[in-house]
Amino acid sequence: MTDSLFEIVEEPIQVEPIIKKVERREAGAITTFIGTVREWTKGKRTLYLEYQAYIPMAIKMFAKIGEEIEKKWPDTMVAITHRIGRLDISDIAVVIAVSSPHRKAAYEANEYAIERIKQIVPIWKKEHWEDGKTWIGDQLENVPYPDGKPDAKDVKS
Amino acid sequence: MIKVLLFAHLQEEAGKDQINYDRESITVKELKTSLQNDFGLAELEQVMTAINEEYAMDEDMVKSGDTVAFIPPVSGG
Repeated sequence: MTDSLFEIVEEPIQVEPIIKKVERREAGAITTFIGTVREWTKGKRTLYLEYQAYIPMAIKMFAKIGEEIEKKWPDTMVAITHRIGRLDISDIAVVIAVSSPHRKAAYEANEYAIERIKQIVPIWKKEHWEDGKTWIGDQLENVPYPDGKPDAKDVKS
Repeated sequence: MIKVLLFAHLQEEAGKDQINYDRESITVKELKTSLQNDFGLAELEQVMTAINEEYAMDEDMVKSGDTVAFIPPVSGG
């Protein structure tokens, strides 16, 4: 891992170094979100996942989310690391750390970051179920694109 | 030449992750149609497009030297 705030990695994610990236003397709160691989989804058993990313664009989109957060919650700082490749049950897929002077902004900005990741960042997961495999277009989890695709104004910079 | 990148199920349907198109300029929509015809890809209606790593619209022009990525609905996190 490097000092960059936004990263895509292939090796297991260590949480602590990501928290360190957003540590600042003016911060009174750091929230972390850790997304892990779930075994059961609506009665279907996952054996393992494979994540794929369009890496350079994904990192750009992480940075864009960081900019959006900076506008909405001034004085926050965000670091995001996502893992790709094969992940087993309970492995960490994504870590988001947000620091802010007061806790409310850190909680809100952190939730905003994961929602935006699920909308605009070009990362895909392939589910290897007990009974087959599928690329997930997020339709099983939630509906990031109510009109079938992201709103152009949401994704264009 | 236009470099086209495919991801997730599109990559598997086409049997490759990159296609080079020998064109000077073409709209995103035309490129989608031509890709569907040439590689028998299914519906690209739900698929977003990025030109040089920025999201683009169907009407946008792609020029020789550009990199176009077709981006199925994402599922990171």
